[in-house]
Amino acid sequence: MKTFSIGGVHPCDSKISAGAAIENFPIPEVAYISMSQHLGAPAEPVVAAGDKVKTGQLIAKANGFISAPVHSSVSGTVKSIEMVKDLAGNLCKAVIIDVEGDEWMEGIDRSEDIVREIKLDQKEIIARIAECGIVGLGGATFPTNVKLSPPPGKKAEFLIINGAECEPYLTSDYRVMIEMPEQVLIGAAIMMKALGVTKGFVGIEENKPEAIRVLSGYSEKYPDIQIVPLKKKYPQGGEKQLIDAVVGRQVPSMGLPIDTGAVVQNVGTALAVYEAVQKNKPLFEGILTVTGECCPQQRNFKHRVGTPISKIIEAVGGVPEEAVKVISGGPMMGKAMCNIDAPTLKGSSSVLFLTEKQTKRKEEGNCIRCAKCVSVCPMGLEPYLLNKLGRAGRMDDLEANRVYDCIECGCCSFTCPAYIPLLDMIRLAKGQVMRIMRSRPKN
Amino acid sequence: MKKLLVSPSPHIHGKDNTRNLMRDVIIALLPSLAVSIYFFGFSALRLTLIGVAACVAVEYLIEKYMLRTKVTIGDYSAAVTGILLAMNLPPNAPWWIMVIGSIVAIGIAKMTFGGLGQNLFNPALVGRVFLLVSFPVIMTDWTMPDSWFGSAIDASSGATPLGIVKEALSKGETLQQIFAEHDFSYTQMLFARVGSVGEISALALLIGLVYLLVRKVIAPHIPIAILGTVAVFSGILWGVDSTRYTDPLFNLLTGGVLLGSIFMATDYVTSPMSHKGMVIYGIGIGIITVLIRQFGSYPEGISFAILIMNATVPLINMYVKPKRFGRK
Ligand code: SF4
Ligand code: SF4
Repeated sequence: MKTFSIGGVHPCDSKISAGAAIENFPIPEVAYISMSQHLGAPAEPVVAAGDKVKTGQLIAKANGFISAPVHSSVSGTVKSIEMVKDLAGNLCKAVIIDVEGDEWMEGIDRSEDIVREIKLDQKEIIARIAECGIVGLGGATFPTNVKLSPPPGKKAEFLIINGAECEPYLTSDYRVMIEMPEQVLIGAAIMMKALGVTKGFVGIEENKPEAIRVLSGYSEKYPDIQIVPLKKKYPQGGEKQLIDAVVGRQVPSMGLPIDTGAVVQNVGTALAVYEAVQKNKPLFEGILTVTGECCPQQRNFKHRVGTPISKIIEAVGGVPEEAVKVISGGPMMGKAMCNIDAPTLKGSSSVLFLTEKQTKRKEEGNCIRCAKCVSVCPMGLEPYLLNKLGRAGRMDDLEANRVYDCIECGCCSFTCPAYIPLLDMIRLAKGQVMRIMRSRPKN
Repeated sequence: MKKLLVSPSPHIHGKDNTRNLMRDVIIALLPSLAVSIYFFGFSALRLTLIGVAACVAVEYLIEKYMLRTKVTIGDYSAAVTGILLAMNLPPNAPWWIMVIGSIVAIGIAKMTFGGLGQNLFNPALVGRVFLLVSFPVIMTDWTMPDSWFGSAIDASSGATPLGIVKEALSKGETLQQIFAEHDFSYTQMLFARVGSVGEISALALLIGLVYLLVRKVIAPHIPIAILGTVAVFSGILWGVDSTRYTDPLFNLLTGGVLLGSIFMATDYVTSPMSHKGMVIYGIGIGIITVLIRQFGSYPEGISFAILIMNATVPLINMYVKPKRFGRK
């Protein structure tokens, strides 16, 4: 079975919410819709306090090339446009809407029928994806239309749908794959049309046999899209690792995935693309896993973007007694929340509760030079060395040892038997080195 | 509202920690220890216990009273050094030699460099070589201690197969004559033969190797590179002149090659960090070992070979980098 070639770790699986079907989360009374839901410049509001909005209506336009528009996820009256705190406690602009009913924009197809025929042409597809505010839902929230328009001189050869979901606990992509398999495949077909490629892959880790089985069942209908079972190994869902695993090509250092001819999109993104192009539905909903051993309920919710996370937590009985950390995303790369009142975003994939025993950092010991961090690093770096150089502030040596290649997967810190927080230091050093590199005159 | 913990990712940690890894090394040494206790009786056990106690005590005293830093004996690395040092001594070595060895191993080879993770040379080997140079007679006295089952090994000669061969060769005998005079059965070597506490059974050492590999305590690169190199290099010499040079299997099964390649050369602190580096290091150890055995004045060379290659590790780490992702 295929997998990526260098490094990787095997954290416990913990997909305890896999059996929970996707449920609609109730629409909140007030929605806080952030303008910073994507990588790039925040969107610019086009509504004002007092305006009436419908579900799916444009409320903010993209601000520049790398940006995405934002649509209302509810119907009601715009109460205000204010700064609200995001889950890290940083302020960001948000449109706050008092919800009244749930009246959708005309033109959005709300039926359950699957629309198979792709009527739009290449240009129209990309334009629609841009208009609907679709962004990558695998974590980076990069505007999807930009990714589907390779820069001049680069040519896409195939599309890879990321169904690896290699982070422990997360099950939203899994649920989408088994509950809406054909929609995902049509979404993939749409993106293949947009890219002008005839070959597509869906990479799925072997710990999701049901998803592999269900999607493989459509192989006759969608012969261009191949389902690729992958060995379970983290970080398989990393873009570079997935390309390596599925087609055996490595993105060059400092290069882009497109340099290998691959464009990678997440399962959730494929669904969003399907809904945008076939159903005319902008991206204003998301699927989110609520999980953790200490959490009395394991749920997968479809939420309206802008729902306060605290409302979702209330629905499972509040922050569990034993939980000390609430994470948005997976335990390897997710962010610890300090503000659970923050609203959900397009890219929100989970609310994960961890206990003190699971997450408390242990006291750091001496580096025993066991080389385990080196052998697990999927980028072939030497984390122990980067840590040492970072502490000494040796920027030139950090650059020579390619700290900029680090994908921040956390395998090194996860593995280190001396509990050295390697990634903390490496992340800091990487930021500094990248700043220095960018400040150099280009020639 | 209750206070939430906020820290950067990753939020979970794997099962490995320093203490577990060291404990696994100790477990991997148990088969060898058991065999040596079986043949050497109480003296092997006593030697090992003295080694552990002395190494742990030296580390404790230095950290607590000289350096006044955190005491790290809880990570078991000093205990591992103690066992390994005992494994490298003749079974009836006196107790005080073990104590001197421990002081050299921990006090000089480990602590003066800054403690765990900082030392350049393998502490147990520094201890062993120091003793070999300072007390050559005691360190090469292979006569068997009184034991409960002593008759299992032919110990009358009081010398190891390597020592017997070296001495006889220097007297001008050919290997064929030597092998005719002595009964070097390879099957017996697999189970038990004359040698230091830890060298006695090749099979027990190999069981330890399998355990270390299965538990992923060590990567296979170093032992395989050493054993492969010893086999190939001694095989070439044997092919050239089989009256002077011993065959590959003899070289693998005798002396400290197995003990050294499985437990000494794989010491984390003093071996390279990249897989490529590990292979280079292992090949170096293999070549130097065979050179010393066949052309040097000592019958056995693996300890020196490992120490010499220890010295090259910083250089190897600087120039031999792991395979980077995305570089052709
Ligand atoms: S994993 Fe930790 S202890 Fe091992 S070499 Fe890396 S930094 Fe050192
Ligand atoms: S976080 Fe960076 S340095 Fe650490 S294992 Fe991942 S890529 Fe390597």
